Amino acid sequence: MKPIESFARFWYDFIVGDDWRVAIGVAVAIAVTVFAVDRGANWWWFLPAAVGGLLAMTVLGGARQPARSGGES
Amino acid sequence: MTHNFVVVLASFLACAVEMVEALTIVLAVGVTRGWRSTLIAVGAALGALTLVVAALGPTLAVLPIDGLRLIVGGLLLVFGLQWLRKAILRYGGFKALHDEDAIFAEEERAARAASPDRDGLDWYAFTVAFKGVFLEGLEVAFIVVTIGGAQHNVALAAIGAVGAALVVLAAGLLVHQPLSRVPENTIKFVVGVMLTTFGVFWAGEGAGIEWPGQDVALLGVLGYVAAASIVLVAAARRRHVRTLAIAVAA
Repeated sequence: MKPIESFARFWYDFIVGDDWRVAIGVAVAIAVTVFAVDRGANWWWFLPAAVGGLLAMTVLGGARQPARSGGES
Repeated sequence: MTHNFVVVLASFLACAVEMVEALTIVLAVGVTRGWRSTLIAVGAALGALTLVVAALGPTLAVLPIDGLRLIVGGLLLVFGLQWLRKAILRYGGFKALHDEDAIFAEEERAARAASPDRDGLDWYAFTVAFKGVFLEGLEVAFIVVTIGGAQHNVALAAIGAVGAALVVLAAGLLVHQPLSRVPENTIKFVVGVMLTTFGVFWAGEGAGIEWPGQDVALLGVLGYVAAASIVLVAAARRRHVRTLAIAVAA
């Protein structure tokens, strides 16, 4: 693996991790909140609700895969 | 006040759990290959981490607080949800629990198998110990810089991290073996809940929303994230039992 590729892979694994849908979901949820506030709506409940949904999605998605040995942090 | 305490606590726990992992690698390499090169590597890695924090901390301090909280909140959310996901799946039985004894044995075996360097620095010991401390430490540095930066107070988060480093180091020196009795997954679960809570709260503030009850809302978000996570642990466990039952029946 080339150094730049492995550098990019390290940061991707470090920040995004196992489930890229979480990163996309968080970005969308924050964007929706900013948009709502911009329109004058104080949607304080939206971000917690979105995070609860994202957590359920990623955990239940991961719980479909068989148990793996090893234990990365 | 609530903020400050939770910042120090989150930083302390995150640092403690990563320090346990780094200590396992350092002990295995040090015991097998000798301490001179291992300790030089630990010093070099800590120096590199100090440079990372010193470079990023002041940069974050000059950014406008709302924009900073939006970005930091988003990063903490992604990061916190990752920690929570892994901790919940481990509780559910879908991932193996971190086993410091097994990691220590594996590192020790690899260190014995590598050819010895007779002169000067032992590059095998240096590289493995440096990598272990730097990579585990980078995660801590990231947490310290982001949660400290969002409060415009990196020093506050650093207090928690340094405190944890001292506690784990003292425990390591005392027992001189991997700290396998540390309830690592429980700490990771708690840190995941805290990072996710800060992420929600700061991303919301950065976006411009007004939390009901203002700062007290942080405790409400904390309770909500913890409750949701506990419910998901129960769901994951149920699913694991069902998966095993189907596998046995097949």
